[in-house]
Amino acid sequence: MTKKRLDGWFAVEIFMLLAFIAVLIYPLFGIIKQAVIMPDGSFTFDQFTKFFSNSYHFDTLKNSFRITIFVTVLTLVIGIPFAYFYAFYRLRGAKLLFVVSILCCMSAPFLGAYSWVMLLGRAGVITKFMKSAFGIITPTIYGFGGIALTQTLKFFPLVFIYMNGAFKNIDNTLMEASANMGCVGVKRLFKVVLHLSMPTILASALMVFMQAFADFGTPTVLGEGFKTFPVLLYNEYLGENGSNYNFAAALAVIAVLVTAVVFFFQKWATNRFRFSMNALHPVEKKEAKGLFGLLIHLYCYILCGIAILPQLYIIYLSFRNCKGAVFSDGYSLVNYQQAFKKKLVMASRNTVIMGAVALITIVIVAVIIAYLVVRRSSPMSHTLDTIAMLPYIMPGAVIGIALLIAYGSKPFALTGTMTIMILSFIIRRMPYTIRSATATLMQIPLSIEEASISLGASKLKTFAQITVPMMSSGILSGAILSWVSIVTELSSSVILYSNKTATLTMQAYIYIGRGEYGTAAAFAAILTVITAISLFIYMAVSKSEDVRL
Amino acid sequence: MKKYNALSGRRHLDQEVLTVGSVNISIRDAVKKYGENVVIPDLNLEIKEGEFFTLLGPSGCGKTTLLRMIAGFNSIEGGDFYFNEKRINDLDPAKRNIGMVFQNYAIFPHLTVRANVEFGLKNKKFPKDKIRAQAEKFMKLMQIDQFADRMPERLSGGQQQRVALARALCIEPDVLLMDEPLSNLDAKLRVEMRTVIKNIQHSVGITCVYVTHDQEEAMAVSDRIAVMNAGVIQHVGEPKNIYQRPANLFVSTFIGRSNVIKGRLVAEDGRTFIETAGGYRAEFLNIREEHRKTQDVLLSVRPEEFLLDRKAREGISAKVDDSVFLGLNTHYFVHLASGEEVEIIQESSIDKIIEPGTEIKLTLNTEKVNVFTADGSENILTGVRNDCAR
Repeated sequence: MTKKRLDGWFAVEIFMLLAFIAVLIYPLFGIIKQAVIMPDGSFTFDQFTKFFSNSYHFDTLKNSFRITIFVTVLTLVIGIPFAYFYAFYRLRGAKLLFVVSILCCMSAPFLGAYSWVMLLGRAGVITKFMKSAFGIITPTIYGFGGIALTQTLKFFPLVFIYMNGAFKNIDNTLMEASANMGCVGVKRLFKVVLHLSMPTILASALMVFMQAFADFGTPTVLGEGFKTFPVLLYNEYLGENGSNYNFAAALAVIAVLVTAVVFFFQKWATNRFRFSMNALHPVEKKEAKGLFGLLIHLYCYILCGIAILPQLYIIYLSFRNCKGAVFSDGYSLVNYQQAFKKKLVMASRNTVIMGAVALITIVIVAVIIAYLVVRRSSPMSHTLDTIAMLPYIMPGAVIGIALLIAYGSKPFALTGTMTIMILSFIIRRMPYTIRSATATLMQIPLSIEEASISLGASKLKTFAQITVPMMSSGILSGAILSWVSIVTELSSSVILYSNKTATLTMQAYIYIGRGEYGTAAAFAAILTVITAISLFIYMAVSKSEDVRL
Repeated sequence: MKKYNALSGRRHLDQEVLTVGSVNISIRDAVKKYGENVVIPDLNLEIKEGEFFTLLGPSGCGKTTLLRMIAGFNSIEGGDFYFNEKRINDLDPAKRNIGMVFQNYAIFPHLTVRANVEFGLKNKKFPKDKIRAQAEKFMKLMQIDQFADRMPERLSGGQQQRVALARALCIEPDVLLMDEPLSNLDAKLRVEMRTVIKNIQHSVGITCVYVTHDQEEAMAVSDRIAVMNAGVIQHVGEPKNIYQRPANLFVSTFIGRSNVIKGRLVAEDGRTFIETAGGYRAEFLNIREEHRKTQDVLLSVRPEEFLLDRKAREGISAKVDDSVFLGLNTHYFVHLASGEEVEIIQESSIDKIIEPGTEIKLTLNTEKVNVFTADGSENILTGVRNDCAR
């Protein structure tokens, strides 16, 4: 059976390895090279020294850490109780709460920020109302507080979705056993429920940390004087004050190192809480009665209400009359007309074409990698798997810069093409899809494939007719989520886009930047509706609440 | 009822013609290793054509490994596997023409029952116009034809098992392999399905290799059983022989319940006696010639092979510790004068159950009790038929 390794799959492995080297390893080395080798060819660590010695630069990293840690803790504090109430009590309109919270965390990153500016900014509706009605001056939305508010409201649903999954895996008999030994209520929540969920708490914390740390949109819109690391990175690379590619590359290296350290710290921490659970008897939801019931309903609804507010407000704004940056009274479709004039059709087409091509590629690659890892475990397949996970620790801006360095100049010169945008989408989303495909495949017993082979089907036929169809529901639900995150991708497109390849998200971002808020609102509203429709399809397809982000 | 056609090597049934080929399987010097870990050191086995053959042993003994080597899902590190005269070591699993039934049935969940059954036919280049009829025939045989268009998730475990059997059989395989097919069913269904499996195998006449750790199940279905332990076949034989004349102490304790007590074989004037602690002595007439010499032995006494006579004066002294009344039988837990603890089964009598603490005398049913060498490696009685002994 030594021949086994030399069949068609071996060729696939080689091909994948070469592809990964081309789009991941090579660009990553490009960044490192640019960080230490100056245009004149000299080797130096000056760029790193420059970063750490200059407080203007170094403070952005400190700012990023402060805000990210703050947001991570806050999302856990807010999200875990929400998930607990959701998982253990029969809430009215639970489905609505679920949909709303997914919608919030899947929306484009800067839209929330922009909408909060419209609500709580200097000329925001709430600001003005509070001032005229009560004479209260609301705290500023700009800076630390505003970023924290926006990111927390965007990312707490991540914690909720993860924790809801973990709580559902807790077997009811464990709860009963705990009660039997006299441990109930809040004590049981901390001693049993949360302890059992610790791996998931850590996983969701990591997820929030990675996303908040790499978030470029929110701090750009709301930062003003408060500069975070991704913003500095972007400015140094494409900034109006002249760009310094070597310094930007050094920043990118630092960003990867930071996320890598956090990633491995989380892995280490998770390993200390490793156990697997599978609930045979899931916990039955209790009726939420009395004052307590009222309070938990209030908590959940107010939280989701605030979180969805920016998106609803944007849709509302898109129908308001608007001229330039100023919204005036009355409603019309003028913003949509403006959007139409300004490449709405092209942006939609770009979004659909690039999204679809990226998605198809991601799905194919993910299925193949999952198959290689789960069914043909070998040093080679594990190498592939590890390389494929690299983008997980690469913030979007870093991927954008890496691709530009690697393929921005001759002989490739992909700058401004759809190809480079599609590549970045594929790279950014691949690790998540591979994870969900691997998890799906692990659920399928090997004997099913053996049955097919013993019934005379070839390996290829078995893969195509048995394995892939059985994975399809898992793949499809993962693909829809990937689709949504591709459609709302900003942080690497903002570096890679050109006039011809701008997506809906990019257009919305561009018009916010230009101060054409009406047009931006129209783009944003369309984007929000696309996101919402995609998520409804996802819910219909997946039939379960186990969202795998 | 059955006619055997020597020319085609196929059996035909009078009432319904089910043409299924059948082969004998020869395994010579098989070796299985996982890395440096040898799971099967050197295994030889002959499985006869049309036979219901069971691999029986504790978990981890290598029985499933061996089955998967026959199926082609496990690599073979040494030795030769033959279907009739054809060496199959390097034959692709898809081309071995094997029907396989898995522990979890491995029904394709995204295909209907019919599509599951037809799956193999479509792959095996079965004439297109006959696929439907062939599938129908086997679904009828397994009594699942009324579920033909259902999805598998809407079937019970027993019904899924029938689908798995129909799917495996309708491709007319040379060999049917079954890997603990009943272990996921509840006790009642397990008994029902093993009868179904046995009847189907007999009516189709296909060579069948069956893996189980359940000795009662093995006895119920098998023509012959191979008892395995630690990758080595201990005893191959008919169920009755394996139970009554186990080849060694392992087989005797694994199949059914056995009390093992120490004894001494005494050869005197051409006669052989067994002595046990407590002064018991009985003549054994069935010791094999080469073992008729004075030596230490181990006796394997099944609970029903102790004779408990309340009035007896002679026998092994023992004291009753406990008793369990189970209707048909009453079980006594006693300890012998030597300290050895044994279990005795008596047909329940109308008398009072013997009280704990009562001193009793036990004698042995010398015709049935098995005698092993002191290391337990060999049964020294006549009548042991072990097809794997070389």
